[in-house]
Amino acid sequence: MGACIAGIFEHPARKAPDKSVAQLHAEVAKGALQDAGLSREDVDGYFCAGDAPGLGPLSMVDYLGLKVRHVDSTDTGGSSYLIHVAHAAQAIAAGKCNVALVTLAGRPRSEGSSGTQPRSWAAAAPDGPFEVPYGAATVNMYAMAAMRHMHEFGTTSEQLAWIKVAASHHAQHNAHAMLREVVTVEQVLASPMIADPLHRLDCCVVSDGGGALVVAREEVARSLGRPCIRVRGMGEATKGQDGGKLDITTSAAARSGRIAFEEAGVTPADIRYASIYDSFTITVLIQLEDLGFCAKGEGGRFVADGNLISGVGKLAFNTDGGGLCNNHPANRGGMTKIIEAVRQLRGEAHPEVQVPNLELALVQGMGGVLSSRHGSATLILERA
Amino acid sequence: MRSIAAPLVNAEIKPYFDAAAEGKLLIKRCRDCGEAHFYPRSICPHCFSERTEWQASAGAGTVYSYSVMRVGGPFVIAYVTLDEGPTMLTNIVDCDPESVRIGQRVRVVFRPTDGDSVVPMFAPA
Repeated sequence: MGACIAGIFEHPARKAPDKSVAQLHAEVAKGALQDAGLSREDVDGYFCAGDAPGLGPLSMVDYLGLKVRHVDSTDTGGSSYLIHVAHAAQAIAAGKCNVALVTLAGRPRSEGSSGTQPRSWAAAAPDGPFEVPYGAATVNMYAMAAMRHMHEFGTTSEQLAWIKVAASHHAQHNAHAMLREVVTVEQVLASPMIADPLHRLDCCVVSDGGGALVVAREEVARSLGRPCIRVRGMGEATKGQDGGKLDITTSAAARSGRIAFEEAGVTPADIRYASIYDSFTITVLIQLEDLGFCAKGEGGRFVADGNLISGVGKLAFNTDGGGLCNNHPANRGGMTKIIEAVRQLRGEAHPEVQVPNLELALVQGMGGVLSSRHGSATLILERA
Repeated sequence: MRSIAAPLVNAEIKPYFDAAAEGKLLIKRCRDCGEAHFYPRSICPHCFSERTEWQASAGAGTVYSYSVMRVGGPFVIAYVTLDEGPTMLTNIVDCDPESVRIGQRVRVVFRPTDGDSVVPMFAPA
């Protein structure tokens, strides 16, 4: 017995100029509870991260009118929501709650916030004074990881482009996706350079929206008559600049992945569907290597020729189109990665991208900035 | 010319920016474990000793990685590995952005920011 993801909801909006962030949180909370077949009164645990307006759970529990006995506002950027699932499972096992609600929402598209701008929170961070003067933005910092990966391993822009091509093949079937046009490697390479070597089509979209999850004690989840998606393994890790001993071609996914695989008792060879955080194409490639889907440095060859396209390659990834094509609410990708993995395990993904008879799925999240400091979280989910 | 945002200087790192204003690059080295580190802290990130001291860097290094930012640019962001060991975030200036390469030798130069502070950057050696 353990904890199961019993409810999911992805906000259909990609632009929400006339809504508040708190309102979006409430809408996704309602959606996930309805999906689970539970009511607000069943919720006794609440989880949110830095996208929640105000003082985290204090503001949001009151706004939502919840009555909870457990809160958690762990913030590791976009990987927070995977950690929330893990912490919710731990809280359920410890008897601290039975039904945990996790929400994410944001309006970066309406507010004009994107990864080409300097990171506004960085000024007061201990490393801020050594970063802010240099025009560090999300995109040029990830670009340096790509540049170094190319230097060390011979990875090419064509190989990176295959990741976008695969995402676009999936997004064509998602009516809500921002970018539904199937693109080619040549189109990715012909798109404007944003920060060498990352082109515009190597970058994720900027969208409003949100998502929510209900994590329930397995006995509760089984009583609901919906597919029960059990949390089988979970790992979390962080990585920084290590006092100046830099290695930006390996992420903390090397550690979070190992922990999750060990806990689940499975290996990458057992995984046929993976949701992989995709702020940029390079983000996907480095995490696939670190998770052990291929050796370090082999990621370029692994992703080429459609290997990530459902029904074509060995490993179907981000079958909703991911952050590269579908959405990236609050500039944080972890929530939507979990949601699509649950859809796959329920057999509720779009028929054109559904992986047949799927019993195991991996979810990989990253938050912060790969080449300076980041959080990583890995979940192994199973249809119970 | 891109505007250079001023760093938020606090007491722990003030000597670094005071030295930069005089055209000197400082790093920190630990008297217990002997390791240099960057960015500078009062307690060594490698061994957690309080016995760290400021040390003048020769200001020479090698480009570890870089990217030419095209939005609001072009300007070159880079990680430079100092000959003393640690790698630091910086900009590469005084050159054609298209000419920068990983492994390139660079030397420190200093640039004023929008505020009172001066910050180190690097130019081809």
